[in-house]
Amino acid sequence: MSFLAGHSAESSSPLSSRPEHRPGSPLAVHGVTVAYNKKPVLWDVEWDAPEGRLIAIVGPNGAGKSTLVKACLGLVPVVSGQVAFFGSSLRRSRRLVGYVPQRGSVDWDFPVSALEVVTMGRYGMLGWCRPVTRRHREAALACLDQVGMADYAGRQISQLSGGQQQRVFLARALAQEAQLYFMDEPFAGVDAATERAIVDVLKRLKENGRTVIVVHHDLQTVRDYFDEVLLLNMRVVAAGPVDKVFTVENLRKTYGARLALLEQASSALADLARVS
Amino acid sequence: MSIGHETTVWPSLDETLRVLTFQGGFNTSVVLVGVTLLGVAAGLVGTFAVLRRRALMSDTLSHATLPGITLAFIAAVMLGASGRSLPVLLAGAALSGILGVLTVQFISRHTRLPEDAAMGAVLSVFFGLGFVLLSYIQTMATGEQGGIGKFIYGQTATMGVTDATVIGIVALGTTLASLLLFKEFRLVCFDPDYATVLGWRISLIDLAMMALVVAVTVVGLRAVGLILVIALVVIPPAAARFWTERLWVMAVVAAFLGGLSGYLGAAASALFPRFPAGGIIVLVAGFFFLLSLLFAPARGVLAAGFRQLRLRRDIASQHLLRGLFEAGEAGGGEAVPAAALRSRVHGPAARLALTRLTWQGLIARRPDGLRLTPKGREEALRITRNHRLWEQFLMAYADLAPSHVDHSADLVEHVLSSDMVQELERQLRARGRLPRHAGPPPSPHPLASGA
Repeated sequence: MSFLAGHSAESSSPLSSRPEHRPGSPLAVHGVTVAYNKKPVLWDVEWDAPEGRLIAIVGPNGAGKSTLVKACLGLVPVVSGQVAFFGSSLRRSRRLVGYVPQRGSVDWDFPVSALEVVTMGRYGMLGWCRPVTRRHREAALACLDQVGMADYAGRQISQLSGGQQQRVFLARALAQEAQLYFMDEPFAGVDAATERAIVDVLKRLKENGRTVIVVHHDLQTVRDYFDEVLLLNMRVVAAGPVDKVFTVENLRKTYGARLALLEQASSALADLARVS
Repeated sequence: MSIGHETTVWPSLDETLRVLTFQGGFNTSVVLVGVTLLGVAAGLVGTFAVLRRRALMSDTLSHATLPGITLAFIAAVMLGASGRSLPVLLAGAALSGILGVLTVQFISRHTRLPEDAAMGAVLSVFFGLGFVLLSYIQTMATGEQGGIGKFIYGQTATMGVTDATVIGIVALGTTLASLLLFKEFRLVCFDPDYATVLGWRISLIDLAMMALVVAVTVVGLRAVGLILVIALVVIPPAAARFWTERLWVMAVVAAFLGGLSGYLGAAASALFPRFPAGGIIVLVAGFFFLLSLLFAPARGVLAAGFRQLRLRRDIASQHLLRGLFEAGEAGGGEAVPAAALRSRVHGPAARLALTRLTWQGLIARRPDGLRLTPKGREEALRITRNHRLWEQFLMAYADLAPSHVDHSADLVEHVLSSDMVQELERQLRARGRLPRHAGPPPSPHPLASGA
């Protein structure tokens, strides 16, 4: 596992390029089924994420987008199926996988500063009872800087706006120096500055050969922000490059009779038609 | 409990000072040191338990120790050993406490019952069983039953050097463990899912945390009693939270308040031996909690109320200044009668604002009414400009009608940062809706005459 050894976190810049050949796809989902209280949420999901691309997971509410991400990360139990990371198990690949959870998943009144949250991204590199060293704090500060939040390092997290909190979560994931990132609705309810910061980070991650999988709700921006799309509604409707897969027919299949969303979809498609 | 058979004798100041300065006799000093250390350890460990939302779980744990204590007593007596052997009783307490916690976890994992219901059920069933066994013990032919009751309400007077030493060792151990695991505890308290993604075994971290709570609870049983020992784990951290936004400061403050409560409580309990020690110690802790809740500058109730009042006063100030400015725009520069501004500013916050603006020299009171000073005019210009920028923005981007825009702008303009004002100016200028000169854009709606 040469890439594991090569990733022992010696580099100080989280986004520095690492031109190594990696065997296997960053994420291979095979026959994954997930159920909450006997009600299936995901049904026999089969998907290979291409490497080094920005990938959107798109689908209606309740389609299982977040659940797919959580199932891959081992946060919800899988009824059947397997998930492989870089051709290996999740347990062996923890250090290669970064995660930006939904903002609402934590208590933002927790007594901790922005920098301390970002430093948590480094904890995976530290063993039990090992203290956080200055090297890790500096790396965390550099990550805060990348999302334009260096001035807020000492702020208690409840004193940040929603968009700033989202950027702190993003910086925390960057601090992990991972190869594959999962982001759960990072664009949900954020201000324009944060949206720009996230897009910037996505671009830089891609330039450095990282793979990013983003649960996304805004059909209008799929074409602008992403290379690949996975259309999901309990099962995989379609997956592949945005140009090929993001079509009227596939969206109709994904969203079905959900009128409000279909409206959104059709206006997105009108944009799409205008472009091409 | 036989309170009331004799009148309570109030200790003299002299005696009180002697107890507090460790000169009230060897035994009293031992108790004082022991309970203080217990408070320090409980406050520290409790910080993490409270932040992990394990406060009620700790309560279940302490109540669930009773059947263990009683069973250990019965077993010891039946085997011919002494029912007063502390290690045996504490081992029994720890075992049944842990069993109680595991039962709750089993129930909430394998059924759809909410966790608080599971805790309520387990807590009361274990405690009930303990009580039944306790009355069985009273019928046993042994003269040692007296010691058992102390575990329920707590009694510091019977604490010896052994108890204090055990507490001391546990306090030292838990403090050390909390320091070593500080990073792990912070992570799992804040974001357990993320901890999992990073590869941490959160079940192990939780186990370590629960073990510390068990250790503190069990050694505290004799001093504080199993009904109230949980208070030392929960109240000092809850009080500490009011004082700070930093986790390590919270831990230090909680340890300090816990130690102080233990020290003062044990001293009071030595001076009033007829009252249950647990109750006294918890009342002292509760007193500090009340003080923190009211007076802590970071998150206390009074500080929050004060900040609220200040915000209202600032909003009223801005309304007042803008009102005077717009009155000047509408009809020359004369003074405005205070009554004409009544629709815009009234109430105590407005009176406060008026007094303050006069005192700051922004508004001058004249016999014929209020008037902006040159300094006040400058400030009023800035405020009016922000208000109108925001109105323009709402009309341009939020499609509000000009007649409704004033009220909407009123709600938000007071929280505009200077960054945001610049951004507004940039966007409105780009749309050609902002005049080039530095003054405010004209109001989009008719101004009320006079104000």
